Amino acid sequence: MEKGRRDITMNLQNYRQPELIKQVLNDLNEFKRAVTFMEVCGSHTMAIGHWGLRKLLPENIRLISGPGCPVCVTPASVIDELIKLKDITIATFGDLIRVPGTEQTLEQARALGANIKTVYSPLDALDLSKKQETVFVGIGFETTIPGIAYTILEAKKQNLTNFSVLPLFKLIPPALDALLTDEEVKINGFILPGHVSVVIGTDAYEFIPKKYGIGGVVTGFEPLDIVLGIKNLVEQIDNPGIVNEYSRIVTAEGNIAAKSIMSDVFEVGNAIWRGLGEIPGSGLDIRSEYAQFDALKRYDITIKNIEGNPACLCSSVLKGKIMPLDCPLFANICTPANPIGPCMVSSEGSCAAYYKYEK
Amino acid sequence: MQHIISMKNDIITLGHGSGAALTRQLISEVFAGKFKLAELNDAACIDNHITVTTDAYVVNPLFFPGGDIGKLSITGTVNDLSMNGSVPAYIVASFILEEGFSIEKLKLIADSMQKTAEEAGVKIIAGDTKVVEKGKCDGVYITTTGIGFLPDGVNLAAKNISEGDKIIVNGSLGDHTVAIINARQNLGLDPAPESDCAPLREVIEILLNTTKFKFARDATRGGVATILNEIYEDTGLGMIIEETSLPIKDSTTALCGLLGLDPLYMANEGKLVAIISEPNNDMLSRLKAHKYGKDSAIIGKVTKEVKGVYLRTALGSLRPLLMLASDPLPRIC
Repeated sequence: MEKGRRDITMNLQNYRQPELIKQVLNDLNEFKRAVTFMEVCGSHTMAIGHWGLRKLLPENIRLISGPGCPVCVTPASVIDELIKLKDITIATFGDLIRVPGTEQTLEQARALGANIKTVYSPLDALDLSKKQETVFVGIGFETTIPGIAYTILEAKKQNLTNFSVLPLFKLIPPALDALLTDEEVKINGFILPGHVSVVIGTDAYEFIPKKYGIGGVVTGFEPLDIVLGIKNLVEQIDNPGIVNEYSRIVTAEGNIAAKSIMSDVFEVGNAIWRGLGEIPGSGLDIRSEYAQFDALKRYDITIKNIEGNPACLCSSVLKGKIMPLDCPLFANICTPANPIGPCMVSSEGSCAAYYKYEK
Repeated sequence: MQHIISMKNDIITLGHGSGAALTRQLISEVFAGKFKLAELNDAACIDNHITVTTDAYVVNPLFFPGGDIGKLSITGTVNDLSMNGSVPAYIVASFILEEGFSIEKLKLIADSMQKTAEEAGVKIIAGDTKVVEKGKCDGVYITTTGIGFLPDGVNLAAKNISEGDKIIVNGSLGDHTVAIINARQNLGLDPAPESDCAPLREVIEILLNTTKFKFARDATRGGVATILNEIYEDTGLGMIIEETSLPIKDSTTALCGLLGLDPLYMANEGKLVAIISEPNNDMLSRLKAHKYGKDSAIIGKVTKEVKGVYLRTALGSLRPLLMLASDPLPRIC
């Protein structure tokens, strides 16, 4: 391939071969114990729905969806705070624009005149800031955080004065730790997020089997990846550990350059997770050397933990305590056209995925 | 909560222009009753002979690989005329121009319109030009109205569809959206994906040569899945699409994977969904021989086995293809 060309196909068809997938599903039929596995990541929830895997798995293997959709775990108050930033350009990834705040979504605020731009990369926000004062909404897990750290370094290098980031970052391992301390949460294994693991590596999850006696598998997003991941969880059910099924891109130590750029720009802090509350050490704050790019300081913003509609059960859905279909609002009052809770808004949200694929 | 719901109805958001459920709701609630419309259609037929349609073009960027707003303003309208079997004949065009827009670019757009009109066999016969202040529009917006003639004996309509009919598309899905996203967001895909925008009258002509041809619709905003859902709403007939039969380019599949989008819901500008009771090999090979039908495929069937529109995945599982509420949103990670 020519240098500079972007081949994005990555031999996907290799991981979609029906015969191989059916063979693994057949093997799984031999396993008779009732188990519940949580797919932590919203992209896994979507892939499982997309391929109809839930219906193909034996009934004794139940999959529940976890807190791994960054939009879903962002407190509703963030939307209100963003809308208050009048006359400043808000640059955000697309999923956030239909999340309801207490009164409006960003999409509605835009229709009423707010300057809200959807971007595909934080670097696009940097370009916007050269024309107008811009806040980039820093939502995401370890997958997206290094790119945002790079953007802040770039802003510093270019001496940009009209750019800042609202740091709402979340870290996956502390959230899993917090989830497992909740006694109502009953999980026999985790399908761990593939993209996050590219950055943090499989070593970051070793505490799970050690502390809680539960195994996990890091796996990719193609159907063969997912069924092989489940097979791994089943095989090690009595001797749990962390298995790396996604070894074509994930290593034990992760991406050292990405981890290093993250710790250069950010330091570990607390974060408020919608549905899970404040989890110590599960967020990242912008280091004081980069304070001029910190929108929290620049605009004196405080993120409050106010929940949206009290009838919304997104918090129980995020913990895997109930399935989306168990929420009384699901598909009834709360639909993708009129989402009440954030799990219905993002295409990666559990409720949106269930609405789309499993209703 | 009530406040959130009512807000949605108070103002227009971009979602109302998505071509999905919100658009349908807006048209039903605001226009259909006021205008006493019996049914909602892109085109209307007068005296069973003259077909009229109109469409506004606001694409950004104005120039993209595979086309430009001028080409689109002809193909889109010609295709709306063609879908009921009409022969497109005339176009009337109206331009809204932004103060400061380059006349050189406008000439390129006009050239492109004329060239496309010649290919599609239509004449541009009248028009209107308005200029608005800087910032009041995005370079140029074009509205074209098309007039066509419906040959005697041609009757394409959803009500003709019945159990067992086959669903056909004339080539790869999602190409226009992929081209636009790549151009608009500078994703830098190389080679740059091209829009499929093309006039489909000749494709329709090939299909009209079979007596079993029942219905066609161009799969623009909302994509193939939205059209099939509209057919289901109109007829109550279920449909199953076979994932393994879908013509989708590997690069489209991969980009959709990265962005969390689904090609079945993405806009095409040179693709149609046709419903035919017994497509034969002769017709399929004639479709495939045409430059706008190379990757034609039978993608599914009309069936009472299901209520709604379903996709059979490559693994054999069935999953619903629902009507989208609004524009699909690209995801964070």
